[in-house]
Amino acid sequence: MTSTPTTAIAGGSLRPAVVVGGNRIPFARAHGAYAGASNQDMLTSTLEGLVARFGLQNAQLGEVVAGAVMKHSADFNLSREAVLGTSLDAHTPAHDVQTACATGIETVGGVANKIRLGQIDSGIGGGVDTISDAPLAFNREARDLFMQLNRARTTQDKIKIAMKLRPKHFAPLAPQAGEVRTGLSMGEHQALTTHHWGITRQEQDELAMLSHNNMAAAYEAGFFNDLLTPFRGLDRDNNMRPGSTMEGLAKLRIAFGKHLGEEATMTAGNSTPMTDGAAAALLSSEEWARERNLPILAEFMDFEMAAVDFVNGNEGLLMAPTYAIPRILDRHGLSLADIDFFEIHEAFAGTVLATMKALADEDYNKNVLGRDTPLGHIDRSKLNVHGSSLAAGHPFAATGPRIVASLAKMLHEKGEGSLGLISVCAAGGQGAVALMRGR
Amino acid sequence: MPHTDSYTRFVNKPLGKKLAKTVGLPQPVPLRRHNKGDRLISGPILVVGDSPAADAIAKQLWADDYDVRRDPGLKQPFAGIILALDDVSHPADLSDRVLEVGTALRGLQSNGRVITILRDPQDATAATDASLMAARHGIEGFTRSLAKEMRRGATTNGIVLAEGVEMSAPSAQAALRFLLSGRSAYVAGQFITVSSAAGSLPADWDQPLADKVIIVTGAARGIGEAISETLARDGATVIGVDMPSAGEALTAVMNRVNGIAVQLDITDHNAGNRLLALAEERFGRLDGIVHNAGITRDKLLANMDAGRWDSLIGVNISAPLRINDQLLAALGQGVVVENFRITSLSSTSGIAGNRGQTNYAVAKAGVIGMTQALAARLAPTEGSINAVAPGFIETAMTDAMPTATREVARRMNSLQQGGRPIDVAETIAFLHADAAAGINGTTLRVCGQSMVGK
Repeated sequence: MTSTPTTAIAGGSLRPAVVVGGNRIPFARAHGAYAGASNQDMLTSTLEGLVARFGLQNAQLGEVVAGAVMKHSADFNLSREAVLGTSLDAHTPAHDVQTACATGIETVGGVANKIRLGQIDSGIGGGVDTISDAPLAFNREARDLFMQLNRARTTQDKIKIAMKLRPKHFAPLAPQAGEVRTGLSMGEHQALTTHHWGITRQEQDELAMLSHNNMAAAYEAGFFNDLLTPFRGLDRDNNMRPGSTMEGLAKLRIAFGKHLGEEATMTAGNSTPMTDGAAAALLSSEEWARERNLPILAEFMDFEMAAVDFVNGNEGLLMAPTYAIPRILDRHGLSLADIDFFEIHEAFAGTVLATMKALADEDYNKNVLGRDTPLGHIDRSKLNVHGSSLAAGHPFAATGPRIVASLAKMLHEKGEGSLGLISVCAAGGQGAVALMRGR
Repeated sequence: MPHTDSYTRFVNKPLGKKLAKTVGLPQPVPLRRHNKGDRLISGPILVVGDSPAADAIAKQLWADDYDVRRDPGLKQPFAGIILALDDVSHPADLSDRVLEVGTALRGLQSNGRVITILRDPQDATAATDASLMAARHGIEGFTRSLAKEMRRGATTNGIVLAEGVEMSAPSAQAALRFLLSGRSAYVAGQFITVSSAAGSLPADWDQPLADKVIIVTGAARGIGEAISETLARDGATVIGVDMPSAGEALTAVMNRVNGIAVQLDITDHNAGNRLLALAEERFGRLDGIVHNAGITRDKLLANMDAGRWDSLIGVNISAPLRINDQLLAALGQGVVVENFRITSLSSTSGIAGNRGQTNYAVAKAGVIGMTQALAARLAPTEGSINAVAPGFIETAMTDAMPTATREVARRMNSLQQGGRPIDVAETIAFLHADAAAGINGTTLRVCGQSMVGK
């Protein structure tokens, strides 16, 4: 099913990249439990938990790749600084990646590719994000004055410039909540897509309810015991609401798409709130894992990125995975029916439902994706079986590694050869999907 | 945590020392504790008696380059005194030797050691010989009383040799070294019973646990943290287990000791099997487990509810029982090594009872029962199971006690101070060594000869 091995650049044939395991800290609603924690604190703690779980103290890994979407300019070397704060060998190189919510799939995928090529034997793909410690900048006018102040030679000049500062100059420029090119937030964009696909409030609430209850059940069963290390007094995702009911979700007011009036369906209950957190996945070659008697949970087979023209093309901002999913399946000669677990990131319940509806839609397949026959339906019993972002929360860059580690464990438990598909939508009209196989 | 409690610091300064002496207050001193590479003891060691045990000890210590003396008349400031009483058959035989020790005691150095060697008073073969039994029991009484006469951090303990076990037995030698060293700082007025000649001496006494893989439950903090550090210092690889909620602290400890962190609730019905599978996958072997995890749910029985009672029993005794069953089912089949070691945390509260701790005492006395019951099962493979009963140990738990209660508890022992987690850890590490195979089914107190007991 996979393409024939060819010569890898470091010699020999392409080799599988396997997932050994992962770790994350519980995800916390913004401005809550992690209000005082920085991206570096969270990423370091996550890596330390991974090191302790697999006994990697003083180990020199091929590389650590991580990143954040909301990143301070001082965090230009975030991943490397985090590595230096861990028990890993300081000779472990690291670099940052930033691709909005697809960051985490990109970091894991990049590490996997280097392993497959023989460039490295082991690596960590990770991601971290905080809304509570978001980078604030001065506005244009204030920045101008401060730079002038910096360039001033004499005390007299300095005083002159300082006198120009007004209270308004100290109002910080918050990070953009919306898309730069449309001015609409992701929620507003999704509200349009959700409406376009005629997805009901009931469908969305049901998906949200299942996410919370499935994830709560997974916690009760101890599923996350070896996937998560507590941080700052939190040992579970504090966004999760065990015992969520349709009645409870039905009471919530509309949050996005208010201009749609009666037809608006998106609430705070079926949308994922702003979240702080970090996650990491450990990947390696089979030999590296075997030499250290480390578990081999799954193979990270492949990943694929796609983008949509949401600015001019009337395409939904978060619909890029609908392009990437058929491409990656075709490449491996697989159909939706071959997949045992679907992990579709729940940025909004509407995103998951619209994605699934589009993949099954004849017109969309023909006119947008250029396919003769629709890709097909996704078996709902295979979808996000241990809950997803609606329950866990979504610290942008951390979502990919969270899913990779959880899915690897699920595939391993399901058995050798089982298949998992990950789909993560991202701001900027991008999307990342990945294929994994159980070992 | 302070190195010593504030009172001990105070009475070890000139003013405090003078004041304590004048008004007759307790005068605890900082205890000598073991550091990697330390000699057992610095200063001359007096060996009293001319039994085969006395000769064997003197010869061995001499070979190890210690300053061994056999004449107490020199009035040396001895660092250690070993009193071999293994050959006495009547209480009247004791007189010469104990009085010899008496004259040597005045010069005993601070943090000195007195060790008696005796034959087991429990031996069935001697059970009907009244004068013999009187002598052996007499030595027990002597040792315990002398331990209470010790001053300035010095301790007295006994090594009990079972019938047919000689001083050359690995566990007898290991016990002697343990009691002479700083590893036994808070062990006072206790007996280490060597019941067989099983075991082997380590290639390197500084790495007695080299290549061993040992599980420590409750490893995230307190005594469990100290156990993990001490086992690792002595060469072991630690699999640290704690509640998922304690994972952050567990991570820090395991990364410090190069161990593996396992977030697992030990009351999970499959906990033992999961640990076994992990040990098999990661190391291909398992050499021992330390049942350290425990909780307190104190209440007078009149106010006790089922929640408090059941949760404590579940964690403190049901879980170790079940985990032992699961691990021992694989005994000698490859992963669980033949000379498997189990140690469990008991408590002086389990021995003496403690108001408001009926549930805790069930569990901690239960640990002693579990230990006795499994000893016979482990003995044929040179395995062993022992319990360690701490007294007042300075931890976050005892820090939270009311000041007056804590201060009384601290002074109510022969060393007039609380012990430290490291003291419990040292005893556990000693019991996990290959050399300790002959010590099986015992409960060793680490309590500074706390004034509570059966």
